[in-house]
Amino acid sequence: MSDTASVSLALREKAERRRSRLLTLPAVLVITIFGILPLLVIVAFSFMSPGAYGGVEPPFTLEAYVSFLFSRDIFDDTLTFTPDYVLIYLRSLTFALGTTFVCLLLGFPTAYFMVTRPVESRKWWLLLVTIPFWSNLLIRTYAIMFIIRDEGLINNTLIGMGLINQPIVMLYTNFSIVLGLFYSFLPFMVLPLYSSLEKLDFRLVEAGYDLYATRSRVLWRIIVPMAKPGIVAGCLLVFIPTIGAYVTPLILGGGTHLMVGDLIAQQFGSSRNWPLGAAQAIILMAGVLVALFFYVRTTSEAKLHG
Amino acid sequence: MKTLKSILIAGVAAVAFAGPALAAGELHIYNWGDYTNPDLIAKFEKQYDVKVSLDTYDSNETMLAKVRAGASGYDIVVPSDYTVKVMVDEGMLEETKPNTMENFKYMIPKFVDVYWDSGRNYSVPWQFGLTVFAVNTDKYKGPIDSLGILFDPPAELKGRINMLDDMNSVIHAAERYLNLPRCGGEKENLKKVSELLLKAKENWRTFSYDTIPKMTSGDVDASQTWNGAAYRMRQANPAIKFAYTKEVMEGWMDNVVVLKGAANIENAKLFQNFIMAPENAGLISAFAGYDNGIMDSHKYMPNGMGDSPEMNMPAGFASEFTPPCPKEVVEMYNKIWTNLKK
Repeated sequence: MSDTASVSLALREKAERRRSRLLTLPAVLVITIFGILPLLVIVAFSFMSPGAYGGVEPPFTLEAYVSFLFSRDIFDDTLTFTPDYVLIYLRSLTFALGTTFVCLLLGFPTAYFMVTRPVESRKWWLLLVTIPFWSNLLIRTYAIMFIIRDEGLINNTLIGMGLINQPIVMLYTNFSIVLGLFYSFLPFMVLPLYSSLEKLDFRLVEAGYDLYATRSRVLWRIIVPMAKPGIVAGCLLVFIPTIGAYVTPLILGGGTHLMVGDLIAQQFGSSRNWPLGAAQAIILMAGVLVALFFYVRTTSEAKLHG
Repeated sequence: MKTLKSILIAGVAAVAFAGPALAAGELHIYNWGDYTNPDLIAKFEKQYDVKVSLDTYDSNETMLAKVRAGASGYDIVVPSDYTVKVMVDEGMLEETKPNTMENFKYMIPKFVDVYWDSGRNYSVPWQFGLTVFAVNTDKYKGPIDSLGILFDPPAELKGRINMLDDMNSVIHAAERYLNLPRCGGEKENLKKVSELLLKAKENWRTFSYDTIPKMTSGDVDASQTWNGAAYRMRQANPAIKFAYTKEVMEGWMDNVVVLKGAANIENAKLFQNFIMAPENAGLISAFAGYDNGIMDSHKYMPNGMGDSPEMNMPAGFASEFTPPCPKEVVEMYNKIWTNLKK
């Protein structure tokens, strides 16, 4: 190759790179304007002092972060550890993990069922899974409420048939919260699982059986490892939105116990403490990011060794 | 060029005259959701030749945040009592002097010197009401004249109660039940409040603003609620009764105010004057079911609303408007509330 040829090649590469950078500009702008800038505003708010009637004002302070863990005595200014906020975060975490687990438990067989149907009927199963998305989340949540309330569809039917005398209490319990979250987020689990199971080579399953593997051995040693990318993606897609879920727990849980979403909303509303609300939002986000980091690292390491 | 211009003008004129009338101006209203009678707006538009637009919000805080951010484009907002005070204190309102307007003579005198706008230099009543509670009398037949129904309920109502998901309303109600001052802030008093709430919570099923469906669907048999909501509950179930308590009751009033620097100040003033006319105030109430603070407006309300038990507090009972608590007290309320719901 001559010198001029390599120079022109380098030039062309450079132009190519410039063009691709230019093409990413819209995406970068969108992320900056709608993602990063608002986030910076929240970060800035969390280090300021609350205004008398909402809003923020100087001076800059760490008070919001301190008051997340400690409460300041009003007489002698000493700090005591107060676990209230941490308990609320743990509740949200428990519900998010529980919902993710239930979604995986029921979503996996669903996705497996779908990919084992004939190719031409699969699109109908996909359609059925996505149909609930066509209506608003709030409407779906209220629909669940009508079905499971004391004088709702299930209880009235059972009482009408004479099977029970007293209504079974389902609404405004932990059960109804998980049910609502599970129903709302199940498609986020099924769809990634479907797409990774669809690529599964079923000859490997057959080979496993040929080599006298038991059903459970085939499942755990062949199907699950191959579906892993889908499992990881599905779990993340369910876990992240459920931990900050606001409407579903509020409506179906009856509002007797705060979740992180309510807690943050409360600071911007009646508590008139925007810095604390901002700090709580950032702590939630940081927690999710750290968890994500470790989750992705351990799962990708497992892949390397596996 | 000239022909193009004349075509354009002709086109605009044709569009304008095709409508019922050429609107002389505009008015942008930002009010609570499900709260504005379309008939009232239509009447105002017709009478003054003004095109009205309406947006809605769900809490004073939402409205405040939007107005604070600036350039909201609204002329009129409808804040509750304490929020009017905040907005006046922070210089967010135009001093429109409703007290010099023609229809001011119809305002009931006791609503003129209110704490949030003494003498009415900024605000005109939209609706007012009480926040007490309602009981399904099919399920509980005893007396309902005390906040004890909520805080120390009879056996029939245990676990069958909804409270408003509202820190101030719930804590103030507890203070009234214990006969403690509102926004007091003394530590030992707040401790009593907190203990009462923690004990009472075992008997509460839900915290929600959605009181009408909760009561009419049988999710709960008693609910902290507003008198107008109780009126609407009773239309669905005649057994639901609104309670007047021997403890002093929480009153509230939403008010029509004009934002500082609004684009259509003159039309906004016309609107303030317009809604002080008894027949127009009656239209406001006819839609949402609350009283309005204007004399003789009851006779313009639909079948029996004006004489309903929900809208007419019997003699011997008292209500109060509660100013916003100082920041330090709100902080302590917040701790009590978070601890209650943790």
